[in-house]
Amino acid sequence: MADVVLRVAGISKRFGGLQALSDVGLTIERGQVYGLIGPNGAGKTTFFNVITGLYTPDSGSFELAGKPYTPSAVHEVAKAGIARTFQNIRLFPDMTALENVMVGRHVRTSSGLMGAMFRTRKFKEEEAAIAKRAQELLDYVGIGKFTDYKARTLSYGDQRRLEIARALATDPQLIALDEPAAGMNSTEKVVLRELIDRIRKDNRTILLIEHDVKLVMGLCDRVTVLDYGKQIAQGSPYDVQRDEKVIEAYLGHSHKATGTAPAPASGEQQ
Amino acid sequence: MINKQNKTVVWVLAALALAILPLLLQSAGNFWVRIADTALLYVLLALGLNIVVGYAGLLDLGFVAFFAIGAYMYGLMASPHLSEAFPWFARMFPTGLHSSVWLVIPLGAGVAGFFGILLGAPTLKLRGDYLAIVTLGFGEIIRVFLNNLDHPVNITNGPKGLGQIDSITLFKFDALGIPGLNLGRALEITDSYSINSVTLYYYLFLVLVVASVVICHRLELSRIGRAWMAIREDEIAAKAMGINTRNMKLLAFGMGATFGGVSGVMFSAFQGFVSPESFSLMESVMIVAMVVLGGIGHLPGVILGAVLLSALPEVLRWVSGVFDLQSITGGRLDASILRQLLIALAMIIVMLLRPRGLWPTQEHGKNLQQNAK
Repeated sequence: MADVVLRVAGISKRFGGLQALSDVGLTIERGQVYGLIGPNGAGKTTFFNVITGLYTPDSGSFELAGKPYTPSAVHEVAKAGIARTFQNIRLFPDMTALENVMVGRHVRTSSGLMGAMFRTRKFKEEEAAIAKRAQELLDYVGIGKFTDYKARTLSYGDQRRLEIARALATDPQLIALDEPAAGMNSTEKVVLRELIDRIRKDNRTILLIEHDVKLVMGLCDRVTVLDYGKQIAQGSPYDVQRDEKVIEAYLGHSHKATGTAPAPASGEQQ
Repeated sequence: MINKQNKTVVWVLAALALAILPLLLQSAGNFWVRIADTALLYVLLALGLNIVVGYAGLLDLGFVAFFAIGAYMYGLMASPHLSEAFPWFARMFPTGLHSSVWLVIPLGAGVAGFFGILLGAPTLKLRGDYLAIVTLGFGEIIRVFLNNLDHPVNITNGPKGLGQIDSITLFKFDALGIPGLNLGRALEITDSYSINSVTLYYYLFLVLVVASVVICHRLELSRIGRAWMAIREDEIAAKAMGINTRNMKLLAFGMGATFGGVSGVMFSAFQGFVSPESFSLMESVMIVAMVVLGGIGHLPGVILGAVLLSALPEVLRWVSGVFDLQSITGGRLDASILRQLLIALAMIIVMLLRPRGLWPTQEHGKNLQQNAK
């Protein structure tokens, strides 16, 4: 049996009169890049916020690395092993790049007030280990030379990478990236793609929410497509691209008879 | 560039200067040492508030409450008030409660810290302006309590305040017959030379300030400090990184309050008298101003801000006395008016020219200047 990292089933979430999610479920295996796509307002971000604890779902079951978890508090979810990035980058702008990643180690370290005040040996060792790991992660995502720069002074693409490094610092079971390519130019996208590829090769698991269909199709092992809060397709990128419902959701009805539906990859350029 | 050896020299010189300063001031008059003492107490307060406002980014406009709690706690534990108000108390402690400083400092820190957490708890979901308003309210509530808790049971003696508070005695061992060093009296070195009481207090306060600076500095460079700053920078991102923001905020409130409490204990021992008047909203505002004016979140800046804003009014008082402004202007301009005028002006100018404070953190990140060379 394959090693399942995240298994969620039957998630529903209603905001007043809007059924944002109805009965959504997916299973992510270790080492996969799992894509979650859908047109604007399809419920991608709602789904994301539900599994990361920002919203409380109306129903649904959650299982992370074989253990059930309830996404009730955001910080508990990070502790359980889901690290996320944000659609509109949320770094700690006035802290240095290194400090940003060091914050990511918070959840896997334990020194407290007394350790800090008296500089105990345990505290010093832990602190050195945190700094070392943070520097390794900065090098890993390719911004090692910006260690002492404040996060807000980095370029857009580097800020994205810093956010990924910070997420990796929490030793996550699953890294959830919320539209990492948003606002990137094509060169930056290539670099991002290489980075995600590298993270996958290190046997980490990624949930990718993305608008950029080309990126998703090129990277992902499996894809789920949402539309109006419903799951309309699930499978390999190849199958999903040919799914009638997906094409319809992205491009609308075809007036002609079947057979000439355009490739969904062009959907992003409309 | 400063190398390590030069740095040590600078530190030693600074320490010597701080040690000699009160002795020099003392020869000019106790008035000057008193200013230095008050400045040190304010530094202590500003350091405490800096943890809450500077590190964790929680705007607290009621910080003086913890100062008041520390001051009244010591006031009750070291004045005859409780014995006078409650006969049973007088029977229990026939000679009165004369608490040792080694008990009082941790206790003051603890009680204030407890109240810090207690008052912080209801404000956890608030931020920015809303938080400021609620903390402002709490600050006033404490003062109103102190002002009115003289009946039905006389605990705080109301607006009359607590008097005859013991001065602090260090190194006292009754069992060994060592009388200890009473900071309330001048220490006579020779017949002609003595170190005044205010100067002795200066050294005690200085030790406390140095200890506080070390604690703050260490916290700043720790896992806890980083968590506080992460909350300040972006609370949602901090949560997503697994930081329990509720506990961390409470910790910041509690930790900041302990400094206020210790400062209050010292204040009440130093003055020998406390009344609710000393803990008005204006004090809270001044402490916030010290932190902001100096450089929010940056220890040297905060210390500078506290020294400037607490010493400046007193110096101006002296200036206006020397030039006898009152008679020059026919009574229209006296010391207090001049003081407020100049301080307001100074704050406006500083905020216009240096919006990040007089001595803020480096703009672009650490060590970059050195690397560029």
